[in-house]
Amino acid sequence: MLKVSEIEVRYSGIPIIHNVSLVVNDGELVTVVGANGAGKSTLLKTIAGALRTSKGTIHFGNEEIQGLSTPEIVRKGITYVPEARLIFGPLTVEENLEIGAYIVNDAAQKKSNLDFVYHLFPRLADRKKQLGGTLSGGEQQMLAIGRGLMSNPKLLMLDEPSLGLMPKLVDEMLGAVAKLRGTGKTILLVEQNVRESLELADRGYVLQTGRTILEGTGAELLNTESIRKAFLGL
Amino acid sequence: MLIADALLQGILMGLLFALVALGLTVIFGVMDIVNFAHGEFLMIGMYSVYWTNFFFHVDPLIALPVSAVIGVLLGLASYYWFIKYLLRGPAIAQLFGTFGLMLFLQYSAMFLFSADYRMIDKGLLVGKSLSVGPFIFDWTKLAAGILSLIAFAVVYYFLNRTRIGKALQATALNKEAASYMGIRTDRMNALAWAIGGGTVGIAGGLLVNFYYAYPMVGILFVMIAFACVALGGFGSINGVFFAGLLVGILEMVFPVFGHLIGSDFLGPHFKFTVVYLAYFIIVVVRPQGLFGWKN
Repeated sequence: MLKVSEIEVRYSGIPIIHNVSLVVNDGELVTVVGANGAGKSTLLKTIAGALRTSKGTIHFGNEEIQGLSTPEIVRKGITYVPEARLIFGPLTVEENLEIGAYIVNDAAQKKSNLDFVYHLFPRLADRKKQLGGTLSGGEQQMLAIGRGLMSNPKLLMLDEPSLGLMPKLVDEMLGAVAKLRGTGKTILLVEQNVRESLELADRGYVLQTGRTILEGTGAELLNTESIRKAFLGL
Repeated sequence: MLIADALLQGILMGLLFALVALGLTVIFGVMDIVNFAHGEFLMIGMYSVYWTNFFFHVDPLIALPVSAVIGVLLGLASYYWFIKYLLRGPAIAQLFGTFGLMLFLQYSAMFLFSADYRMIDKGLLVGKSLSVGPFIFDWTKLAAGILSLIAFAVVYYFLNRTRIGKALQATALNKEAASYMGIRTDRMNALAWAIGGGTVGIAGGLLVNFYYAYPMVGILFVMIAFACVALGGFGSINGVFFAGLLVGILEMVFPVFGHLIGSDFLGPHFKFTVVYLAYFIIVVVRPQGLFGWKN
């Protein structure tokens, strides 16, 4: 479905991503793990069209998509869920979700997307008239994911959904991701919680200073000596 | 009685002020750009109705759509041919850019139309008044107030009830997040300028029914509009509506007080002092404005 081949991304001239390749197949949950500053968010933003590649290609289906704008990429079926800070605080939960469905023109489809989101996150349904900015951190993150789902994406990219949440909520959030995967969604997940996300994922990539240094199934990576040392403290 | 009369007149003017300031706050909300040329858009709206009336003998009220269309085109042209390029530069470039556009439009009007004060002297409503009990309204001002309210309501409905309007709001709140929803934010910028130009064009078309058109007329009204935008809270649509009303009422009611106590100091020539004083107090007490959410 998604194929990133040897891309380089520069940020005001300085390469942040040196050489990253990854593949996401239909129906897979793929995770990219790595320390802070490894270039995980940069990678997702580049796929989303918010940043430009200076080398390499990105294919979605059979189409080259690097160079397309973000709105065009959303219309191709890739939705990027940014950190929870980027929800629309002064708008209600339902308005946030409605705007998430901006590219969906079919009212019935919109309705079924909304039902899907409320089913996945019942707490959002309870708070649909509440302003986004007044939600708790965990709820805001749910809203960010729900808003992303409203566009009915073929590929959903999650940028650290557990960031800044307390441990109990981290489990809940990653549980929701697992539930989402159960519905057949294809997901590319970027996480700092290495163990939890590798346990969850079909496959994983380890990113270090802008390079993919390891790849494998979640279980394989969890048993790799260097990962156990570097990330899991074992 | 004098006060009640001034209050009603103030509300009518306030509705017009709100419509003038609406475009300024929409453009600021979406793009964080202060459009200094906004008053000149108003001036062009005034001239477009004036000349339509002059050359084609169309009643100024019927000619109103002309000022709306010219306003929209002016907004779009400013965005696509000028502002869009300024966005690449620093914020100060945008400030000087719209200031330059203001001067350009002023002196173009001076060159094309001369500095003469022009007033429409014939029209369906011009010079006619309506008495309701003890109150006497100029029909032109009554129409200006009511039509301003309608125009404002239409824009309000558009922004809050339609898909595109909500996308515009989302863009104003967070451009980056909006683009992740598939919203083409550059088109939303253009839309903001179209709304801004169209509404102030209509306001100009209404104003010319009872006020002179001349190349520098924009300054007076844009200063009031700036105060309304800041009072209401930058980027707030509800805020600018109530701020417009407040300013309209203040500038009409205040001179009456002066008249009642026979003080020259509180006379009409000080009316805008009160408006800016109110602005000053609100900025100190509540810097985000009455309804503001931007810091």
